[in-house]
Amino acid sequence: MTAATVFFALLLYAAALLGAAGLAWRIRDYARTPAPLKIPTTPAPTTTGGVVLRMLREVTLFESLFKANLWIWLFGWMFHVALALVLARHLRYFTEPVWFWVVWIQPFGLYAGLAMVAGLAALWARRFLVERIRYISTPSDHLMLALLLGIAFSGLSMKFMSHTDIVAVKAFVLGLLLFDWQPLPMHTGLFVHLILVALLTAIFPYSKLLHAPGLFFSPGRNQVDNPREQRHLAPWAAKLDKAKV
Amino acid sequence: MATTQVTAPPLKTYPVIPILQAGAMAKSKPYAASAAMQQALGFPGELVEGWHDKAIAKLGDLLQNYRGLKVYLDACVHCGACTDKCHYFLGTGDPKNMPVARQDLLRKVYRRYFTWAGKWFPKLVGAEDLTKDVLDDWYSYFNQCSECRRCSVFCPYGIDTAEITMAAKEIMDSIGVGQKYSNEIIGKVHKVGNNLGLPGPALQDTLSSLEEDLKEETGLDIRLPLNQKGAEVLLITPSADFFAEPHVYSLMGYAKVFHAAGIPWTLSTHASEAGNFGLFIGNYGQMQKIAMRVREAALDLGARRLVVGECGHAWRVAYSFWNTLIGPFDFLDSNYPVPQHICELTYDLIQRGALTFDKSANDRYVVTFHDSCNVARASRMGGMPGGQFEIPRAIVRAVANRFVEMNPETIREKTFCCGGGGGLLADELLDLRVKGALPRMEALQAVVDSHGVNFMATICAICKAQFSKVLPYYKFNMSMVGGVHQLVGNAIRLGPK
Repeated sequence: MTAATVFFALLLYAAALLGAAGLAWRIRDYARTPAPLKIPTTPAPTTTGGVVLRMLREVTLFESLFKANLWIWLFGWMFHVALALVLARHLRYFTEPVWFWVVWIQPFGLYAGLAMVAGLAALWARRFLVERIRYISTPSDHLMLALLLGIAFSGLSMKFMSHTDIVAVKAFVLGLLLFDWQPLPMHTGLFVHLILVALLTAIFPYSKLLHAPGLFFSPGRNQVDNPREQRHLAPWAAKLDKAKV
Repeated sequence: MATTQVTAPPLKTYPVIPILQAGAMAKSKPYAASAAMQQALGFPGELVEGWHDKAIAKLGDLLQNYRGLKVYLDACVHCGACTDKCHYFLGTGDPKNMPVARQDLLRKVYRRYFTWAGKWFPKLVGAEDLTKDVLDDWYSYFNQCSECRRCSVFCPYGIDTAEITMAAKEIMDSIGVGQKYSNEIIGKVHKVGNNLGLPGPALQDTLSSLEEDLKEETGLDIRLPLNQKGAEVLLITPSADFFAEPHVYSLMGYAKVFHAAGIPWTLSTHASEAGNFGLFIGNYGQMQKIAMRVREAALDLGARRLVVGECGHAWRVAYSFWNTLIGPFDFLDSNYPVPQHICELTYDLIQRGALTFDKSANDRYVVTFHDSCNVARASRMGGMPGGQFEIPRAIVRAVANRFVEMNPETIREKTFCCGGGGGLLADELLDLRVKGALPRMEALQAVVDSHGVNFMATICAICKAQFSKVLPYYKFNMSMVGGVHQLVGNAIRLGPK
């Protein structure tokens, strides 16, 4: 067992733990915080089914962003869809035998890696080129893009420049899942990739990446427009309500 | 007031996103509420000792009680989708009037005190201590948001700056930093019964003289009943309808509709105000207390239906919040939704053929319709989503021959605020109001030039007051603005059928 294997095994466990625990804590916090008033941005669906469709359109098509700004939508959507494909492509490291659809998307996942870089680069360029976006950008906005680009470049470098032993990588990953550690190949690109991925996973629940779970808890989007038909009463409002009568 | 320079930006023929002018509106702020006004609402009279800690504690409270606030402060990724959506930004170019930048005034404090990243790496994530300068910025810029929700339409996460502005105002009130215009008005509602401070006897006089006007105009006894027990409908309308122009023409329009349909109705002195400024200051308790008068009046008068007059934010509170705040309405007629908008009532009567019109009475007008923000983006009419757009338009089309839409990017859910909503209709904010009206004025200019539009109908008391004031700054006639029921009143056929 090399020192690198131990280091990365521990690093990835720690990152996964920090990320998952933090995310669970944020989601629990959102879920337990009451939404006392009906505030969907209208026109809004009048049924739960309608709300599910609205959320689906937001999550998969970025409907509101499309209305707002075609450039941000184009780059943002391209990045997110590409990221989803790339992540799906990576499932081949986590499954044995590899699921058929994961095999099927392998070539697409590769192009997606390139599209992801293009989308991220364009999003970053806006932070420099558009005065309004420059004004609102914080250092962390830049660093987040740098981090994602670093992950993308280090990943693509292993495809296009310096290959690593992916069979061994897969054994390492499956070993992590089964708590039966296997040696990690010594490879600089791989090390950089894993360190950055661990960092991203760990800071997910403590950064603006919370927009992902946040969307599902946004009252502006997830509430049904039925305040006249159905009385909406949060627990703390119900207490005030008792005092009233 | 005299010291404030009021300037209207030039109207452009196509929209241009302004170049940033940092600090352009930093000096814009409303008069502070006096100690007496503050204390009447249970707020401290002036900036309290230990305001810093109390403000942070209040923010903590709000975060526990409002999921929206918590999610909205966390979820923003600074994508910039909202940056060119606010009418105050478009009119002033001040970057802190970009919705995201306005939110960040509170978000940076939230990050500093409530998030791990902000505690340890404040510079990295744009977190900042709450200082007197930050508080001054809050007072200035959260009083440059009309809570119109236009930005929330475009945000990929539905982040609603109105919710953040309301939270900031609530925090400021709680440490003794209140805004005079809103808080004085709330005091009047509690003391006198309406925002304008019109006492019961004066209201009775006003209504009687309006009845005389109606008699003179139509030759008929069209009533404006007050405190009539047993009337079927209790009408809750903004107090501006009682004597401000053009508001009063809509009031007479409602009276004609009730008269023509033979529906017994009444106004109430106890609830002689539809407006609810508790919404603007983000205070749940005030909002509930103000709304409660409506329930009390309905029970007292034995009304069977609640109908709300032409008022944008009042309709938001009525439609979205009344059931929560003062429901359930099991004592009312279950055949009608509670509450109902006057436009829903009129529209239903038109559908049933209960009203007839002489549309030529409005032939002197080429009409366009300004969607009011709270109606458009925070409520509904009728059974279908978007009924709040279709029903008022259907009424206008039923009573006028010539109707033209403004630029589709400026109507319906994308409508621009008039520039005076959210408790900003104060005289000392006139410069801000004029500049904030710019996008609407540009859209109006376009249809004036192309179609000769000379009447902009709307269903909000604040819109009517604001446009009456700012239209002349853009070289329009101030009487171009009026209510939908003003047009209804012009065209409705009365008398024996």
